[in-house]
Amino acid sequence: MNEMTKIAVQTTLKDWETDQEVRWCPGCGDYAILKAVQRTLPEIGADPAKTVFVSGIGCSSRFPYYVESYGFHTIHGRAPAFATGIKLANPELDVWLVTGDGDGLSIGGNHTMHVLRRNLNCQILLFNNEIYGLTKGQYSPTSREGTPSPSSPGGSVDRPAQPAAFALGSGARFVARGFDVSKELGGVLKAAHAHRGAAFVEIFQNCIVYNKDVFEDFAAPKGAESSQLWLKNGEPMLFGNAKTGPVRGISLNRDHLHLEVVDVPDGEWEKAGVIVHDVTNRAVAHMLVEMPFGPFPMALGVLYDDPRPTFEDTLLGQDAKTNEGKVPDLAKLLAKGQTWTVSADGPEL
Amino acid sequence: MATILADDDSVAVPTGDGVPEAVVVRFAGDSGDGMQLTGGQFTLSTALSGNDLATFPDFPAEIRAPQGTLFGVSAFQINFGSTEITTAGDQPDVLIAMNPAALKTNAPALKAGGLIIADTGEFSKRNLEKAKYDVSPIDDGSLAKWDVLAFDISALTLESVKPFGLGNKEALRCKNMWTLGLALWMFDRDRQPIVDWLNDKFKKNPVLAEANIAALNAGHAYGETAELAGPLKKLHLDPVPSPAGLYRTVTGAEAVSYGLVAGAQLANLPLFFGGYPITPASAILHNLVKMKEFGVTTFQAEDEIAAVCAAIGASYAGHLGVTSSSGPGIALKGEAIGLGIMTELPLVIVNSQRGGPSTGLPTKTEQSDLYQAVYGRNGDAPLPVISARSPADAFECAIEACRIAVQYMTPVILLTDGYIANAAEPWKVPDPTTFAPFPVTFLAEKNGDGVVLPFKRDANGVRPWIKPGTPGLMHRIGGIEKAVDTGNIDYSPLAHQTQTDARKAKIDGIAASIPDQDVALGGGAGHLAVVGWGSTFGPIHQAVRRQRAKGRSVSHIHVRHVWPLPANLGDLLQQFDEVLVPEMNTGQFKTVLRDQYLVDAKPLTKTSGQPFTIAEIEEAIDHFFGQRANNEGGEVDADDTQLPSIKAVNP
Repeated sequence: MNEMTKIAVQTTLKDWETDQEVRWCPGCGDYAILKAVQRTLPEIGADPAKTVFVSGIGCSSRFPYYVESYGFHTIHGRAPAFATGIKLANPELDVWLVTGDGDGLSIGGNHTMHVLRRNLNCQILLFNNEIYGLTKGQYSPTSREGTPSPSSPGGSVDRPAQPAAFALGSGARFVARGFDVSKELGGVLKAAHAHRGAAFVEIFQNCIVYNKDVFEDFAAPKGAESSQLWLKNGEPMLFGNAKTGPVRGISLNRDHLHLEVVDVPDGEWEKAGVIVHDVTNRAVAHMLVEMPFGPFPMALGVLYDDPRPTFEDTLLGQDAKTNEGKVPDLAKLLAKGQTWTVSADGPEL
Repeated sequence: MATILADDDSVAVPTGDGVPEAVVVRFAGDSGDGMQLTGGQFTLSTALSGNDLATFPDFPAEIRAPQGTLFGVSAFQINFGSTEITTAGDQPDVLIAMNPAALKTNAPALKAGGLIIADTGEFSKRNLEKAKYDVSPIDDGSLAKWDVLAFDISALTLESVKPFGLGNKEALRCKNMWTLGLALWMFDRDRQPIVDWLNDKFKKNPVLAEANIAALNAGHAYGETAELAGPLKKLHLDPVPSPAGLYRTVTGAEAVSYGLVAGAQLANLPLFFGGYPITPASAILHNLVKMKEFGVTTFQAEDEIAAVCAAIGASYAGHLGVTSSSGPGIALKGEAIGLGIMTELPLVIVNSQRGGPSTGLPTKTEQSDLYQAVYGRNGDAPLPVISARSPADAFECAIEACRIAVQYMTPVILLTDGYIANAAEPWKVPDPTTFAPFPVTFLAEKNGDGVVLPFKRDANGVRPWIKPGTPGLMHRIGGIEKAVDTGNIDYSPLAHQTQTDARKAKIDGIAASIPDQDVALGGGAGHLAVVGWGSTFGPIHQAVRRQRAKGRSVSHIHVRHVWPLPANLGDLLQQFDEVLVPEMNTGQFKTVLRDQYLVDAKPLTKTSGQPFTIAEIEEAIDHFFGQRANNEGGEVDADDTQLPSIKAVNP
């Protein structure tokens, strides 16, 4: 996020739609994400003229064509590098980076790591559908082991990467999760925008053609309350609904230093040892991003948020300090170092 | 070559009073001996004495190669004289060898009858073994064809710095200044500028300054005494007449950096440099970080790809994006350069070429990335390519690259090479006010009927540059084929045909904005045109100059604009019976010329990692005349085309 919120501009969802025909498959989760973004932009007072969507290659990377702002559809995996150049050239631009699991973690994994560790002030939306869509269904770096695909007919054997864990391990200061059709996605996007620095959002996205309903076990509305843990800063990590089933919580096993699920009878979460979510607690964040779905619910919302100085502020600030009091004088620059003058009498210092 | 019109076996051609016109000196020692520093200071002293000069630093890829080894030898060659100098010299007249390995690797290049100065203090059994000598070459007569002055420089240095109480290692480090002192004496140079430099360099440690100065003086004094006995002779070379003005020495890497900053200033743009460390291109990044007050932002990226992508991102946002690398890095940047071509954004890519393929010869020079520059991308992806002929020329070339990039909204490749990047030559400091500015105009309002048309082309086929942040001009660009004017995704047959044609026509059209090809030396018609590009300028120029003095009908044409080629080049080549193209590759530019003009250009190729010698090019020229009846040389009346004008050498 950045200063845009200060100079709030009045727009509506319509203002953020382009005249381009959207070319995603009917029913693709990308539609819902696009709408969530277009709904969020007016709410945060974003200015279309100062907003830039940058993407790489893949289904998700067509995103910029459908947002009425500045957009740059670049090359496979490199969007973070383009974003870095854009932001260093003009820090006032509000830069959104749209990438996918293949684009951002496979071919572009290196750049994702570096944009996060440098803490470039931008929002990084990684659409994770656990498959290569645009190239017709090969397994991706986030595909679960055993995923059958045209390039892995016997099932993939790679162990999948975990985007949020990768981000946190790369030094990200903001890590959040949401999924395409979730009503909470807008709130997650807003929090990402409000974070000054690189804000990494993993968005589970349903590829209805090549990896249909792969997130259904936690994203389906039925049973959502017991399968989703929506984290809220300062609130206990509770999930489940007392009306329909047991309420449970996440506790820290202090002997073995791992998280565990505990029953919370009668709403007495403190007594049950449920921990309170502190978005600045990096150690707990590391456990949350690694928390396996199944034994645990899927951790969603803002998992970690602890800003520190951004790359462009630090770099350009250092430059400004270096340049203080210096007057650019090209003639002087060219004549730098040891010089001599040639006159009719010959050379002299 | 040191001497103009010299026979190969003479040390130097004496002028009236027995003094040669030019001398080539090579300093060679271990990587840790400070030979590059010694060479650099000797260069300054040479420039101050008014001699023209050219240098060739030649050092290993290893940072601290094991001491005393053959592969750890670092050398610095300088050619200077009372006449115009354009190359670092074919064969040294004087070799200063600081250890056996330096002697072994460098003596073969020394001219017969030349002088070897060797530090016997380093000729220990162990060092001889490391240099693969069974017996000391100083004792076994194997150096008989040269004059040898062998004495214990190490001991003399230790003696001279004794009063300063340095440790043995530190004291021995002053050896290079002792040697420099001797060299200054040999060529009748003033020591004061070096003394000033030492005082400045060691201002935080005055004892080291004094010790180094003492060593310098001791070396100088040794010359005085040794002259009485040995082969050492003091030589004074008269200054070469140069146009009046302010001078300095400049390396190609410095000149490129200055040119980029000047180019951005002339375009009225901030400069963004995305780089990743690679030899020999890193020096440009190191230079630019010191020029930030000129609106320069530098970004050391995580890899070559990110470096170019960030530069393109910065160009998109309204800066002049620049990236630089060497061949392997340029290969990695290829896809992004294609995006720059497709989205039609300005970008300057500097390639300091080195020997290839793959890692190849990181610290040695070659011109083998010409195909890569002109053709090396997927799809029909034309872009302009400019090549610098010398360190000083790189300044203007960098400005020209910036101009074309912003005026034609295109990536531009500027080719230099390891030789140009590292070599130094005297440079008349240019006056920035004499360069014509080319300020950029960004699109400020809608250029269509109530809509923004990011790919609406002007008469030159150039699209507008639209900065994000500009109200009302929101639009999308990308690497997918696009419709005319709107730039909307469109991969219809007509769109791709039209846009491919438009991209090609735009780049071809640049030929109209570049100067006609001139003839660097000789007439605009004749028997043989020797056509070069890049750093082969010096040896070609001298070879053609010598051959013209023999009365041969040969001209030197040196091409700066490698792509698109100057509009008149085809016609110009038609005026010659034969075309010879010397280049440090297996014949790449030769092929381009054949393709473009159906001219039967003959290659002269060299890929040893070393620049051409004048003799090699002369030999090739001889071949063309040897086959021709009734032209066995002979004197012709001198005319002004037989000697290069200052402008041709240093335009």
